[in-house]
Amino acid sequence: MRELTYLEAVREAMSQEMRENDDVFILGEDIGVYGGAFGVTRGMIEEFGPERVRNTPISESGIAGAAVGSALTGMRPILELQFSDFITIALDQIVNQAAKLRYMYGGKGKVPMVLRTPSGSGTGAAAQHSQSLEAWVAHIPGLKVVQPSTAYDVKGLLKAAIDDDNPVIFYEHKLLYKTKSEVPVESYSIPLGQADIKREGTDVTIVATAIMVHRALEAAEELEKDGISAEVIDPRTLVPLDEETIVKSVSKTGRAVVVHEAVKRGGYGGEIASMIAESEAFDYMDAPIRRLGGVAAPIPYNPELEKSAVPQVPDIIQAVKDTLNRA
Amino acid sequence: MELTKDLTLLPDISKDKLKDIYKEMWLIRYFDEKVDEFFAKGLIHGTTHLAVGQEASASGACAVLEDRDKITSTHRGHGHCIAKGADVNKMMAELFGRTTGYCKGKGGSMHIADVEKGNLGANGIVGGGIPLAVGSALTSHMKKLNYVTLCFFGDGASNEGSFHEALNLAAVWNLPVVFICENNQYGMSGSVKEMVKVPDIAARADAYGFPGVVADGNDVIEMMNVSHEAVERARNGEGPTLIEAKTYRWKGHSKSDAKKYRTREEEKEWRAKDSINRYKEVLIDATIITEDEAETIRKQAKQAIEDAVEFAKAGPMPTKEDLLTDVYA
Repeated sequence: MRELTYLEAVREAMSQEMRENDDVFILGEDIGVYGGAFGVTRGMIEEFGPERVRNTPISESGIAGAAVGSALTGMRPILELQFSDFITIALDQIVNQAAKLRYMYGGKGKVPMVLRTPSGSGTGAAAQHSQSLEAWVAHIPGLKVVQPSTAYDVKGLLKAAIDDDNPVIFYEHKLLYKTKSEVPVESYSIPLGQADIKREGTDVTIVATAIMVHRALEAAEELEKDGISAEVIDPRTLVPLDEETIVKSVSKTGRAVVVHEAVKRGGYGGEIASMIAESEAFDYMDAPIRRLGGVAAPIPYNPELEKSAVPQVPDIIQAVKDTLNRA
Repeated sequence: MELTKDLTLLPDISKDKLKDIYKEMWLIRYFDEKVDEFFAKGLIHGTTHLAVGQEASASGACAVLEDRDKITSTHRGHGHCIAKGADVNKMMAELFGRTTGYCKGKGGSMHIADVEKGNLGANGIVGGGIPLAVGSALTSHMKKLNYVTLCFFGDGASNEGSFHEALNLAAVWNLPVVFICENNQYGMSGSVKEMVKVPDIAARADAYGFPGVVADGNDVIEMMNVSHEAVERARNGEGPTLIEAKTYRWKGHSKSDAKKYRTREEEKEWRAKDSINRYKEVLIDATIITEDEAETIRKQAKQAIEDAVEFAKAGPMPTKEDLLTDVYA
């Protein structure tokens, strides 16, 4: 099968949906001839024109609200925010409007929109362009939250997000844009709320999101050399969360390590760990759950400091060994 | 302020329609007075914001809309809903928290909406509805639906970033939206004189490259005239307009308010500009209605609100099973 990069898979999912459905359009800053801050929309304005690839002023609140209002009245907008940090500027429209309207209006009215935005550190863009704030939105009833880790997943999950009648926050990881995997040419959908077992194992379950899926897989390779069999689960969507797959895995392995890039304090890993602890998997557990997350500091500029701020492969290996009581 | 009595300015407006508007203004007045009374008695809980005294801006602006047109509203939105054709029974039922209310009792005073009828909703966030209106106008433009979105907000909202972002966006995309700033002179307590440096909020439209006009917000005919012109501009693809309706809220900001931030004299001056009485005089002078007819219409409106209360009280309360309906994430 042909391979696509994660970035190309995002673009292909959008383009295929836009060819199928005139109601789907994209809006965002510098997404026109420039092709977006990371080049995701490159070439799209040439195919779809400036009406459906709408270059906007730098007005995150205004364009988020325009996306919500257009969704409420029959369009299916895809809003690109250049960096996920900028969601802070758009948050009223996302949290108080998009997330609430359907319920608040007694079920009358829907907001079928996708907010796509690159998150994460590792590019040297420092504290205001490197955050992972997915726990903020996952906390809000009324928002679905997606964090794909591979090109294959990104294409299928983005289609599902666009087809969804409710607002979806779709986090793309900057460092994954250039990663490749096999991606079918035809359109396909991966249901929101379906975790993927990226590697099967028997000794410990590593639940990892976004770029941490890759680091967990690397860690699992290393651990295998020491005779430790790690299962790696990628929830793919935080809301809805596929609890069943995680609980089943932990019930099997008896050990769990939860790892994400976002700051550990208040991070979504706490939610996953609690969910495991409250489930029947608790009865099978042989060790306390370990959580790995970013340190509680703004992401620094210096590349070595930046790396130290978020979990790396050796950190995951160590955490797994801790749960196995093996130094 | 002079009355605009030149009815010839109004295009194709029938005598019946003019009478309907008169009744509608009384409906708005009586609806909010009833809500005020029930809050005081503790029969309605939560909070509410009353638009008593501001009937003309809602009725005048919405009078020129077609059914397919849309509105966005504010926390002080009962009048806008009624003017866009909402059923006062379902509105009152919503305030009573009943399943027969517009939002099945889950929205309350600040979230009454009827998306199918073009009321995209009141809004509890000051300035929150302005970008939504621009999005609605974008749909009209992209789907070539030729409807206009009328966006209500207050003087306070004109200091929100969302106002400025939305107005610029509507301008650069030349969208069919009419922004109606109901300048009722106060935020919660902050006087517009204290919070806005320019004498007219309408002047802010200049900064975005489209017309801004000041209207007497207590003159329903003037509101119809300026709104008609703005709506036609929007429908003809000539882009947005900002209308500043100068008006006054007679009641406090919310359900209880000692009104320490203004004088009783000022209130008296504005009450003398009561939009409903002024409109009645115009209609009588133009021999569109008689004093007796006007009285009959007023009584009908009053009765309709009494009926709405009965409807509301008869509606079932939601049950715990309803808590999670319409939750999807």
